[in-house]
Amino acid sequence: MGFTKVYNSAGEALDGLLFDGMTIAAGGFGLCGIPELLIDALVASKVKNLTIASNNCGVDGFGLGKLLDTKQIKKMISSYVGENAEFMRQYLSGELELEFNPQGTLAERMRAGGAGIPGFYTATGVGTVIADGKETKIFNGREYVLETGLVMDLSIVKAWKADPSGNLVFRKTARNFNPPAATCGKVCVVEVEEIVPLGSLDPDHIHLPGIYVHRIIQGEHEKRIEQRTTRKREA
Amino acid sequence: MGWDRNQMAARAAQELQDGWYVNLGIGIPTLVVNYIPEGVNVTLQSENGMLGMGPFPYEGEEDPDLINAGKQTITELPQTAYFDSAQSFAMIRGGKIAMAILGAMEVSESGDLANWMIPGKLVKGMGGAMDLVAGVGRVVVVMDHTNKAGESKVLKACTLPLTGRSVVNRIITNMGVLDVVEGGLKLVELADGVTEAELRAATEATLVN
Repeated sequence: MGFTKVYNSAGEALDGLLFDGMTIAAGGFGLCGIPELLIDALVASKVKNLTIASNNCGVDGFGLGKLLDTKQIKKMISSYVGENAEFMRQYLSGELELEFNPQGTLAERMRAGGAGIPGFYTATGVGTVIADGKETKIFNGREYVLETGLVMDLSIVKAWKADPSGNLVFRKTARNFNPPAATCGKVCVVEVEEIVPLGSLDPDHIHLPGIYVHRIIQGEHEKRIEQRTTRKREA
Repeated sequence: MGWDRNQMAARAAQELQDGWYVNLGIGIPTLVVNYIPEGVNVTLQSENGMLGMGPFPYEGEEDPDLINAGKQTITELPQTAYFDSAQSFAMIRGGKIAMAILGAMEVSESGDLANWMIPGKLVKGMGGAMDLVAGVGRVVVVMDHTNKAGESKVLKACTLPLTGRSVVNRIITNMGVLDVVEGGLKLVELADGVTEAELRAATEATLVN
């Protein structure tokens, strides 16, 4: 059988890629667009001492929260972790390290890392604790802080559709951190709702080209809603 | 005496100009959408990757792939565009968003903003607030003038860890509207039933003429 990016299960897709102490970039915003199946496979693998860059850390018992319950995470790099009681317990007891990054700085660190840019200057965080101990520089009279690009051992990503060459299409706000997270991993594994035949995605409408994608699985997603808000229908 | 939450939101909505791209924070700023003046067309950005944010969905039409930055289910509009988080903050940092309306814990007379962290209390994170205040064209803060103990939140210098340094342009509180200018804050407008003496008494920051 020839080369293929398509694997049968999340466990199979992660086979040979995992080791204790590794670094992982995960896509998703809140519970929207998170790689549910690959997170479950990480839990099953029992790989530990993980450093994970992800905007959030799931909720208790779902998303990355599952990896907290099993104490597989050593450190999180995130912008907001307020929705998770177990996170707070482990953090306050010193079991879990946390590096806060402003949300745009985290996204750009992933993008830059994937684009071969080791560092960049941003005005975000100047004059705050985020800039403590970091190099700053004045450009055109304004102060900027030096932030570094992130290159991770593995990216875990959720997309809507993929073709067998790894070209990806995302859906609505489930795109969020997934493309930058995908690019900053040395290996990128993607779970999708549907793998479609080659040629069925419009090449002009690809959100992330397959060059960034190494392994793909298709599966069923729970897609849990964190804050269900609605309006009344007018009578 | 003074404005309630909805009146503060209504006053903040007067800041919007036709054609602007705007980011609204969580809390009172979210209420601003209910008061956008007739004939003023603004496009709302949600920093998780959307321009053209629509209202909450009808019951039964919630889409788990369509949420705002507060993780609430929302809807799209005919002009909606989706993009990734790096692109979202590129437009924020790049100054393409005309205005952000945000809540605050403290504001200083030099425009410093504190709204993400109280030492000793549970820290949830800054989310996109630091990027927004550093990047958007104009920052308007909407908050109560004093805390529950009656102490001023409009200070000479913030006591809490900063979200941004010298980033706030205008402050809208339950007592009135203040602008950050050279040397301190300038009174722009008093809320209904509030006297200048009352506002001055509730303000620690330097007020200039």
